Amino acid sequence: MAADLTFYAAFLAGLTLMGAVLGSWMAWVFTGRASLLAPVERAFYRAAGISPAGQRWTAYATAVLVFNAAGFVVLYLVLRLQGVLPINPQDFGGVEAGQAFNTAISFVTNTNWQGYGGETTLSHFSQMAGLTVQNFLSAGTGMAVAVAVVRGLAARSAADIGNFWVDLTRTILYLLLPGSIFISLLMVWQGVPQTLAAGVTATTIEGGQQFIAQGPVASQVAIKMLGTNGGGFFNVNAAHPYENPTALANLIQVYAILVIPVAFPFFFGRMVGDRRQGWAIFAAMSALFVAVLLWAYVAEAAGNPLHAGLVEPGVSMEGKETRFGLAQTVLFAVATTVASCGAVNAMHDSLMALGGMIPLFNMLLGEIIYGGVGAGFYGMVLYVVLTVFIAGLMVGRSPEWLGKKIEAREMKLAALTLLVMPLGVLVLASASILTGNATGSVQDPGPHGLTELVYAYTSGTANNGSAFAGFGANTTWHNTMIGVAMMLGRWGYIIPVLAIAGGLAAKTRAPETAGTFPTHGAAFTVLLVVTILIVGALTFLPVLALGPIAEHVSVAVGRTF
Amino acid sequence: MSKHQRSEIGLLAPEIVRPAARAAVAKLDPRSLARNPVIFATALVAAVTSVLVLVRWGTPGSSLALQIALWLWATVLFANFAEAMAEGRGKARADAFRASKTEARAKALLDPARRDLFEMQDVDLLEVGDLILVEAGDIVPTDGEVIEGVASVDESAITGESAAVIRESGGDRSSLTGGTRLVSDWLVVRVTTKPGETFLDKMIALVEGAKRAKTPNEIALNILLAGLSLVFLLVVATLPVFAGWSGTEIPMVYLAALFVTLIPTTIGGLLSAIGIAGMDRLVKANVIAKSGRAVEAAGDIDVLLLDKTGTITFGNRMADEFVPVAGVTEREVAEAAWLASLADDTPEGKSTVALAVQQHGFVESGQRQGADFMAFTAQTRMSGVDLDDGRSIRKGAADAMARAFPQGGAAAAEPVVRRIAMGGGTPLLVSRDGQVLGAIHLKDIVKPGIRERFAELRRMGIRTVMITGDNPLTAAAIAAEAGVDDFLAEATPERKLEYIRAEQAQGRLVAMCGDGSNDAPALAQADVGVAMNSGTPAAKEAGNLVDLDSDPTKLIEIVMVGKQMLISRGALTTFSIANDVAKYFAILPALFVAAYPQLGVLDVMGLGTPQSAILSAIIFNALVIVALIPLALKGVRYRPASAGELLSRNLLVYGVGGLVAPFVGIKAIDILVDLARLA
Repeated sequence: MAADLTFYAAFLAGLTLMGAVLGSWMAWVFTGRASLLAPVERAFYRAAGISPAGQRWTAYATAVLVFNAAGFVVLYLVLRLQGVLPINPQDFGGVEAGQAFNTAISFVTNTNWQGYGGETTLSHFSQMAGLTVQNFLSAGTGMAVAVAVVRGLAARSAADIGNFWVDLTRTILYLLLPGSIFISLLMVWQGVPQTLAAGVTATTIEGGQQFIAQGPVASQVAIKMLGTNGGGFFNVNAAHPYENPTALANLIQVYAILVIPVAFPFFFGRMVGDRRQGWAIFAAMSALFVAVLLWAYVAEAAGNPLHAGLVEPGVSMEGKETRFGLAQTVLFAVATTVASCGAVNAMHDSLMALGGMIPLFNMLLGEIIYGGVGAGFYGMVLYVVLTVFIAGLMVGRSPEWLGKKIEAREMKLAALTLLVMPLGVLVLASASILTGNATGSVQDPGPHGLTELVYAYTSGTANNGSAFAGFGANTTWHNTMIGVAMMLGRWGYIIPVLAIAGGLAAKTRAPETAGTFPTHGAAFTVLLVVTILIVGALTFLPVLALGPIAEHVSVAVGRTF
Repeated sequence: MSKHQRSEIGLLAPEIVRPAARAAVAKLDPRSLARNPVIFATALVAAVTSVLVLVRWGTPGSSLALQIALWLWATVLFANFAEAMAEGRGKARADAFRASKTEARAKALLDPARRDLFEMQDVDLLEVGDLILVEAGDIVPTDGEVIEGVASVDESAITGESAAVIRESGGDRSSLTGGTRLVSDWLVVRVTTKPGETFLDKMIALVEGAKRAKTPNEIALNILLAGLSLVFLLVVATLPVFAGWSGTEIPMVYLAALFVTLIPTTIGGLLSAIGIAGMDRLVKANVIAKSGRAVEAAGDIDVLLLDKTGTITFGNRMADEFVPVAGVTEREVAEAAWLASLADDTPEGKSTVALAVQQHGFVESGQRQGADFMAFTAQTRMSGVDLDDGRSIRKGAADAMARAFPQGGAAAAEPVVRRIAMGGGTPLLVSRDGQVLGAIHLKDIVKPGIRERFAELRRMGIRTVMITGDNPLTAAAIAAEAGVDDFLAEATPERKLEYIRAEQAQGRLVAMCGDGSNDAPALAQADVGVAMNSGTPAAKEAGNLVDLDSDPTKLIEIVMVGKQMLISRGALTTFSIANDVAKYFAILPALFVAAYPQLGVLDVMGLGTPQSAILSAIIFNALVIVALIPLALKGVRYRPASAGELLSRNLLVYGVGGLVAPFVGIKAIDILVDLARLA
């Protein structure tokens, strides 16, 4: 216990340091001061016929949408046509339409919900040219949007919020590519395969033949973590020994998930010229992170009361890999769901009721505890806007953040985003029940089944991609509806938040005075956390009560379902 | 100065409460409800619930359902009542104004040149530009500008100030307000407003809140509240599905109760009352806001432009010390100054006499006999006295004295003059028999307590800027003494306008007050422009607030009222949203305990039965609106402090209070509900 807590503290310290360093690097990159690859950048813009001039928010948003639509079409075609495309050593046929739709949406929205089994469905070409490409581009899209939002917040009476193509290109050239190469090498060092061969056929001890799939795993693992994508090469994702062979590899992967999301508040602080602003947001995120991490750890460490005396020790190890142990499994499960990664190194379905509630809870907040690359930060921006508005009036001034007034337009857009999670989770999940599509897909009846269903739609809407694996999502209804949830959860945030950024960029920044509502410091951090909990989490208390909480209190008295 | 304060209307005065109660019912009109999305939603739910109760009457739980329906209606009525109370206070004030509006007819002049030739004309038929005659005893029929005559006017109907004021043609005192009464003489007035649009008409409409447009913050807040209501609608609408999955059915009435307790009815119900009450507080301070937007902007002010004269200083220079030149005693200077000022009735003269008497105890004993006093003239810029004993005393501006007595040793006084001027004072030289004795140091006296006031404003993050026509040297000295943050010396209307623009370009909000026509551009440019009621029509038109007392210091009070209004809104919003936590914990276990008995652990309050829990929550939700009406009307207590301190304090009171209060309140109501066996 003490050792685990020490490990967590050290982990967090390391994470903070990495985030702060990367945040300054990002400020360097996105203000155009990193010019090492400028010729490469220019070549790209020339080849694509793009002007790197600043865009208004509408142009920026249009670029995002067009780019994602194109990405969707290409990925859909790659999946459908993989039978006739090259690098297909196992001779897989085309992916079925509904699943191809779901997968394409899933990768374009940075969700990477796996409705497919990677090693049994997809060719190496589909994995590399289809999925891995979108792993970079969807992550880049999210980061570019967040960069534009930060720029809008930092600007004074500006018409534009930057250029999407420039932001996207720089994200990939200066952050995602070098980072992925570095992490791929670390993965290869730890024993992750990187080959274009189909795999090997082994003779087992009993004399049977077993095919062991291999492929370009390391490169895909690197970006799936760094870009908080989460779509694994193998079906069981990071629980597979080839995807996540050692405890050290596991730790590197957790850092890879969180490092960019953690860097964003620091980047923000530097961009707005007041690092305290960034620290306040980082502190709010970290306070929530520590809370959910400890909660999940305690829930899992307590073990299953129904197993008391049957297994030793009391820790619940069902669905967990012994090579990671309790602390690293819980850390991974929390990290992958606070950030919208969705890679798993354990079966979340097998977590204890309250332990499994934590990944669900993390996602229900809208992935803002660090969050997905870029997406976490702009999600947090919306909460800050709400917090500033609700509490800002209490200091006797019109609500303002960074000297910019939060007015009816911002409120309208922020209120719109409040509807995204309830629509994607509550409405779509209850529609599944009403249309009779839930009963067949869940593995268990009662509260656990409800949790499985809600988890699936939450994972989709929050663009996470992890699942309670007992849930059979590969039906036309779920492929379609989770696809809808993923789109809603992606662009339902991106468009309003870009609109807010565009509006705020146009406003002047009133100088800070003693009368200005302080958006730094402990009081604000506490306020932000409480607003997130009351406005974000309380909405889902009823369904959590009927799901994991009901399961927990029932198991405690020996009732199972 | 005598002043009869507007009679204070008690917070719960029966003459306000009774009509408000009637108005609360009248406001059930859907068109009126639709202005407030949260309360409109509540009324809809109440209506649906009532229908359900009627249709299913006799089934088990009917009595509880009826009680819930009634409390839902009560919630709507309480919100209506809060608004009606706020409006009622405004109406009471409006009635007082209306009393001064007469059906009187105007004396329309037929020939501009002859004021004995007029015909009585209906006020409603007067047109802009018409000339009318107003004579002693007449009530001024409409707003206008004096073009001929001088008269004293009793403006108490508008300002509450009983001392009559002078109105005359030309200059800054030419504006005449309808509803006031001429005490003496006569005036020829050019009509400047159309009937029905006079200042008095506008005031009545404003204080009644009839044409009250929502302020920007109010609109934004309404959007947020509507958004939250929509979220809760999704929560409650999907709940039966999830409950059905869990094998339990939730009665519609319970869902209705859950929905109404979750949506922010508290702030939704009190929001417009807060706005109306804010305007009302301004009226109480004798300030008329032309729009709620201006009051709100007053809370956001970063820079306050204040005229030096009358605001920061008393406006009159007063003698502060006597400074002798070499070889002369201070007493000699004081005596000469005293003698020269004996017949001087100006504030400077009086203060010189007072200072001399105070410091040296001079007693008048026949000095006036046979003395020949010389009054101050613009030509000589000197005054003085030739006494019977032959002494000839003069006092005057340094340059004038130097010119009058070239040999009188004015040069010797040069260092004294320079020292006084450097310190922001005005030197007056005193001479006896052509020989300069020394100087009277005249000083602008800074009002006591104003320095502390500015320090207070500074802590609130507001910079004060002193506007003065003085030269920069004098201005700097007074600015330092008064403790303002900046000053604008040798201010002209153009320079004021430039200053305001420059501040605004940096994102600051500026407030100023003014009265002259030349202030109009700056008043219009400022985010908050307070025009003095004594000022010209142009100034009153340009400003967005009018101070009936014509007191420039009022600007500070206006800022306070604006801030208080914003704080009240924020505090009640925070309180309302924080309340939801307890309501969830009261209602959810009650709804789900049938499906999962162990979920009773969520019932942290230990409420009697599921039914009593739901009823208690909805009763609390309704009563809290009533309980907070006084707060909404009076406004949250506000003491000037920095934003950080205000945030911490208000968070503690309204945030933490909002979390805790409903836990206590619902539990208490639940005990009563159980005792009375209501559920």
